[in-house]
Amino acid sequence: MIYVMCLALFVVGLYGICCKKNLIKIILGFIIMDYAVNLFIILIGYRKNGIAPILDKTMDVNKFALSSVDPMPQAIVLTAIVIGLAVTALMVAVCVRIYERYGTFDITKIRKLKG
Amino acid sequence: MERYIYLILLPLGGAFIIAALNAAVKSRDTRDITSDIIANLITLAMAGIALTSFGINGSYSVGGWPVPLGINIAADGFSILMLATVNTIAFCATLYSINYMDQYTSKSHYYSLFLLMLTGMNGVLLSGDLFNLFVFIEIASISSYALVGFGTEAEELEASFKYMVMGGIASTFILLAVAILYSSFGVLNMANISQAISVSSQTPLLKFSLFLFIAAFSIKAAIIPFHAWLPDAHPAAPAPVSAMLSGVLIKTLGIYAMTRIIMNIFAADVSILAPLGIISIMLGVLLALGQTDMKRLFAYHSVSQVGYIILGISLGTPLGILGGLFHLVNHSIFKSLLFLNSGAVAYRLGTRELNEMGGLNKVMPITGGTSFIASLSIAGMPPFNGFFSKLIIILACVQSGHPGFALWAVAGSILTLSSFMKVQKFAFFGKLAEKHKQIKEAPLMMSISVVILAVLCIATSLLVLPKVKNIVLQPAVDAVLSGAGYAKIIR
Repeated sequence: MIYVMCLALFVVGLYGICCKKNLIKIILGFIIMDYAVNLFIILIGYRKNGIAPILDKTMDVNKFALSSVDPMPQAIVLTAIVIGLAVTALMVAVCVRIYERYGTFDITKIRKLKG
Repeated sequence: MERYIYLILLPLGGAFIIAALNAAVKSRDTRDITSDIIANLITLAMAGIALTSFGINGSYSVGGWPVPLGINIAADGFSILMLATVNTIAFCATLYSINYMDQYTSKSHYYSLFLLMLTGMNGVLLSGDLFNLFVFIEIASISSYALVGFGTEAEELEASFKYMVMGGIASTFILLAVAILYSSFGVLNMANISQAISVSSQTPLLKFSLFLFIAAFSIKAAIIPFHAWLPDAHPAAPAPVSAMLSGVLIKTLGIYAMTRIIMNIFAADVSILAPLGIISIMLGVLLALGQTDMKRLFAYHSVSQVGYIILGISLGTPLGILGGLFHLVNHSIFKSLLFLNSGAVAYRLGTRELNEMGGLNKVMPITGGTSFIASLSIAGMPPFNGFFSKLIIILACVQSGHPGFALWAVAGSILTLSSFMKVQKFAFFGKLAEKHKQIKEAPLMMSISVVILAVLCIATSLLVLPKVKNIVLQPAVDAVLSGAGYAKIIR
């Protein structure tokens, strides 16, 4: 169920990118899509009532492996969030410069290129 | 195998040193000259390392952590061939930038972004780990988004934003696909995943992730119908960056990564890509015919020539893959040369419109001569390199029982020839306009760099000789063909 909602979030983001006319809304769509994927990665490693993946000397390794959440997706998602931040920051920066040049955020009016 | 780690570390270190210099040194002239020297030395060293690496396969675990716990970098024939191409073109592009980038302010920012892009590309070629592949793709992409908008004019920003949105969607798809593979197998190492896939059944989830990978890398490689960003982004960038983007970036992030993942990890059938290749060849060249902006015309030709590479690789036969990879190397050489030439023309004339040029051979003989060589190469005229690779692709089409594909490839080649006849006629032959009489040849470093590439255009046609082919191209073809055998190079 929660995976379906995750996919729904992804599709909402994709819809925002494809169908919105405003640059800011496109950026928001991108952020939503990015976070849907991040959420998905976290869900992969999730385990109900799991413990933090820190191995203590007093714990038994096999019992630990059965009850802890998977630390790998958490490491991955940190990197993915940082990358997403970089892309978003660059997008917003370019967006501000576009506003300086064109005086609008409407993509139907920003059409100097034929594409 | 330690030599390969320098291909990632050198440009990464260089990028940060140049960025730090930018903050530390006050005088702009000193800053520009030091960043010129550092960047050129680094790319020269890297081209040296990459060109002497043929035949040295193997893998290296970063930080001494063994696979599958640690991250490893792996080099086989395919990556080595690509590394040699990427770093050679990068050296020519930085050599060219010494003079060309004088028109822009903040040259040192340019070099730091350029070296970061190079780090990303070398990382993609060497990574043996799926998530690291994604990280390096993002490093290369983000710096290329910034480089496309480097001039901060209205068109450049618009192109950069468009490229950024398309590239961002592609990257998200890649991340999602990597996450799906991790959830299925619990490892991220490419070799381990490849072994796991070869013994598992093809579940719908795996097919979905393969589909995501193909869509994402098609966007990065600008295969039609995913090409919309390329004709805007490549002309908007400064000339050496266009040369890098069109010459090697779309091949590294697009074709290399796609081939590696489809052929070596999924060991899947690639014949579905052949129609996409044909459509790219024909539509790309037809759209190019109508252009009058020089760089835009070249950009559409990139779409078309990438179609040839995809067509060759998607045949799946040894000859087809040989042709595809050979064309990949050749295309990166002559397309960078063409973009650098268009930059030289724009540097002296201040325009890219073909209608405003004419007779430039009289005042810019080196630029004219080298662009003539490049035009003949891309159009597939003997004895230049483009002829041999296109011939191999066409022969491979016939040999594998697809004469129809061969026919389309020949038609595309003829249209390419006609469109480059147009470039030559409008820009370099004909009557020289009165106002252009005073124009001088491009500056020294720019001329040296285009001459190196023009010599390479002729020299790489020697790769068809069996002795040279066995050292350079054959290992790459074997690596692609080995399928899941890729896993064996990881110790």
